[in-house]
Amino acid sequence: MEEVDVEPSTTLIPSAGFHRKHLGFEWGPGDLLVYETNYKLQGPRSAGSPFVHIVRRDEDICSPILRKLFNESHLIFVGLQKIKEDIPSKNKKSQFVSISKNYRSVIRACMEELQQNVSILLAIELIWNLCEVLFIDTAPAGSLLLHLLDWVRLHKSDVDARAREVLQSDSPAQHQSYWDVVRNTKKKLKSHHMTPLTLELVTFIKHCHYTYCRTQTLTEFEVKWRHWHEECDRCLQENTFASNRHLETICKILVGDEDTLLEQKELLSTWYHFLVTRLLFTHPTIKPPDLHYYAQSSMNMFLGPRASPEPLDIILLSAFEFDLHQVIKDCSIALNNWWFVAHLTDLLDHCKLLQSHNLHFGSNLREFLVLEYASGLFTHHSLWQLAVDYFDHCPEFGRVYLELQIERVPLDTERKAIKVLRICEDRQMSEQVRSICKIMAKRALRNNRLGSALSWSIRAKDAAFATLISERFLQDYSNKGSFTDLDLLDNLGPAMLLSDRLTFLGKYREFHRLYGEKRFSEAARLLLSLMTAKIAPRSLWMTLLTDALPLLEQKEVIFSVDQTYELMSCLEDCFSSVFQDEDIESTKTELLRLALARNLTMAIVKEGTIET
Amino acid sequence: MFVAKSIAADHKDLIHDVSYDFHGRRMATCSSDQSVKVWDKGDDGEWHCTASWKTHSGSVWRVTWAHPEFGQVLASCSFDRTAAVWEEIVGESNDKQRGQSHWIKRTTLVDSRTSVTDVKFAPKHMGLMLTTCSADGVVRIYEAPDVMNLSQWSLQHEISCKLSCSCISWNPSSSRAHPPMIAVGSDDSNVTYSGKVQIYEYNENTRKYAKAETLMTVTDPVHDIAFAPNLGRSFHVLAIATKDVRIFKLIPMRRESANSSGPTKFEVQVMAQFDSHNSQVWRVSWNITSTLLASSGDDGCVRLWKANYMDNWKCTGILRGDGSPVNGSGHAAALSAVGVPAAAQMVVGAASAGRKKAQLMPG
Repeated sequence: MEEVDVEPSTTLIPSAGFHRKHLGFEWGPGDLLVYETNYKLQGPRSAGSPFVHIVRRDEDICSPILRKLFNESHLIFVGLQKIKEDIPSKNKKSQFVSISKNYRSVIRACMEELQQNVSILLAIELIWNLCEVLFIDTAPAGSLLLHLLDWVRLHKSDVDARAREVLQSDSPAQHQSYWDVVRNTKKKLKSHHMTPLTLELVTFIKHCHYTYCRTQTLTEFEVKWRHWHEECDRCLQENTFASNRHLETICKILVGDEDTLLEQKELLSTWYHFLVTRLLFTHPTIKPPDLHYYAQSSMNMFLGPRASPEPLDIILLSAFEFDLHQVIKDCSIALNNWWFVAHLTDLLDHCKLLQSHNLHFGSNLREFLVLEYASGLFTHHSLWQLAVDYFDHCPEFGRVYLELQIERVPLDTERKAIKVLRICEDRQMSEQVRSICKIMAKRALRNNRLGSALSWSIRAKDAAFATLISERFLQDYSNKGSFTDLDLLDNLGPAMLLSDRLTFLGKYREFHRLYGEKRFSEAARLLLSLMTAKIAPRSLWMTLLTDALPLLEQKEVIFSVDQTYELMSCLEDCFSSVFQDEDIESTKTELLRLALARNLTMAIVKEGTIET
Repeated sequence: MFVAKSIAADHKDLIHDVSYDFHGRRMATCSSDQSVKVWDKGDDGEWHCTASWKTHSGSVWRVTWAHPEFGQVLASCSFDRTAAVWEEIVGESNDKQRGQSHWIKRTTLVDSRTSVTDVKFAPKHMGLMLTTCSADGVVRIYEAPDVMNLSQWSLQHEISCKLSCSCISWNPSSSRAHPPMIAVGSDDSNVTYSGKVQIYEYNENTRKYAKAETLMTVTDPVHDIAFAPNLGRSFHVLAIATKDVRIFKLIPMRRESANSSGPTKFEVQVMAQFDSHNSQVWRVSWNITSTLLASSGDDGCVRLWKANYMDNWKCTGILRGDGSPVNGSGHAAALSAVGVPAAAQMVVGAASAGRKKAQLMPG
């Protein structure tokens, strides 16, 4: 089949193109911003108020009913991917068929809920069902037609039901199915004089239902049918029913006379119904490879010379021709949403049908379509989570597509951010994790939520930012005299080691806690180590030494002799290198010197005393 | 496609650029009226103007957002020969109630002697770096070494392109497989230097940018260029807006010796060429996944280009003005509901002409 090049559709932008020559644009999440502009940067100044237009593709992704379709088909999709490779193919086939039926029932469920605009879903289900019949649930030899009969019957009643609702037709005769015709003719036959032939006719019509084929072998049936067909033909040739027009018509139908069948166009209503009917009476045991010839001719005969086939007709024709590739291609063009082609192609690929049709790009086509579908989902504020599973099952590009798109999910709330993070963490997308945490940390810092900023920085493993925030904490402490976010600081754990400043902050808070719990000697040891292990920045040593004062002024001796000596040397270090402003600090320094000296005395005495 | 919404941007003159932020929740517009406006998308899906201020003393050509890792930061460039960096500061609570925010200027970059035609932030893995290009033919790369202090920017590189520059594009790839790369387009009509697209690459050893490639086949003025997002490919894809739309494939060639120090050599192929605009093309831009390219031309149309799985490119949609004059109340079907604050300035457009109905009907 030739490449059908579809002309791209044009969308008109209101109030544009009158003064200005150009349309500017900007890609957005799921949409395109368009505005009037002039790239030549000259031209008359406009006094009007320019608009920015938001342009979207026609996808009905926002409809709540279709959302149900997306949600439920997502479950089916994931289930399909999990079918193991090593199951015997017979079992696999039945599983695939059941999955195909699941998809179709989801479509039908949506049709039930949608009151209008079901035509697309109807068409989709029709095509899917045909593909299932022809490709997935492949019939044993000779019974292809039976399955096609089922297919037509199911959809005829569909169309009738819809048509009835929509058109509110008052003439029931208009909606009689082909079987009704048969039933009617049976009645008419009964009312006539029963010749042996008419009796046979009646019998045959009775048995014309699909069930009987299953009780005989193919060859038996073929022989019987051929004999019967010849009989009918002979009757017509001999003008046996010349007297009775109805019987003659019936006979002609049974022989498969195309013109007569075409006279029943209204009852048949579609060319594929005509096709199946025609085959029923001329080639009931038709084999798949022969189908396409009859399909093409049936379509031409039914539509006539003036009518041109609709896209749906072309798709069905391609299916009858077993040209899967063409079916997928035409569906991609005709439908606005990738849902159908993505899921159907995925299923066909699992059935290994794309390869068997000799397409070199079998799995690439599947992946291409699934990626398209999932990318479309990603722009939706809640459906994006479904898309993640689809990307997971695209081995070549799924991961990189996910990485690109998940970064763009707006982090409106902490909860949403954590949801996104979990998805990234589960897939070891470390750069995305870091980036998202950094964005959250930065946002928290801008809003002065230091605790939140710190915990996000820790999660981002961003040492530099953690240092920055720790400094802010310490600044706050020296301004207010107390710490905020105690819960966080007390439970830092090993995360403390992310940055030196953070370690200091954590340990410093720990010192305060120990002091509050009156565990003075532990507090003292910690305080000293903060200085001697150089964890504390020099700028804060004075603060730390001042913190030591209350410990020095306790009744009992807390700092040992050695510790006191160390404290003294720290003080001298401090004094000599850090301070220029001696006046302000001199009182404090004197106080400290005094306290240290006193402590030293008491400590020496204590350590020199022998306990008896 | 259809017009879902129309926002009255309320600029007093032509809009030259519109830019979405990284998450698509904020938008910045700039205009010949010398101002920049910032719009926020509310929880209700409606756009509200939260800031509007004068940024330059000439037409503002481009506005762009920094990556949110660096906070809420904008850069703008103008005919007044400067580029500027703006940061949003968290305002007082009554500002928040009124839905307004404040942006303050962090720095003005005054090195250019002519109109600054483009301003872009480098990919975030390079730090906070801003790039400008000017009609004086120089590309300037600035860096803010301390991301907490945006008033300090240093000029790190000056690349002299010898031709008046109109556009720049950074290769967004952060892969370690190749060094930072920037493409520069020129709209100079000079015929001596015929290649109007130059590609520069950063050299770790010299710590300078060196020219890696000139696309000699692009001889007409170039108005826009755009690297496509990388998607883990080994080659680079570059779209160019010139007398037509052209997409190039740049394949890095293997280095001859292990320690060759020059820039990467590329094999250059044309992936696609579209002349449907039948006229000058002024803008090209890729969507996030690089599956769609949009272009805008002298024919007043925006065209969308897509490649199928066989890498065959086709136009999949056209946007065009309907030619009707601007009419304040005329075109909108309904105003938004009562209760929208006056500052919102929004007109909800009807789902209008051009809605493509699905063509499938049961037979």
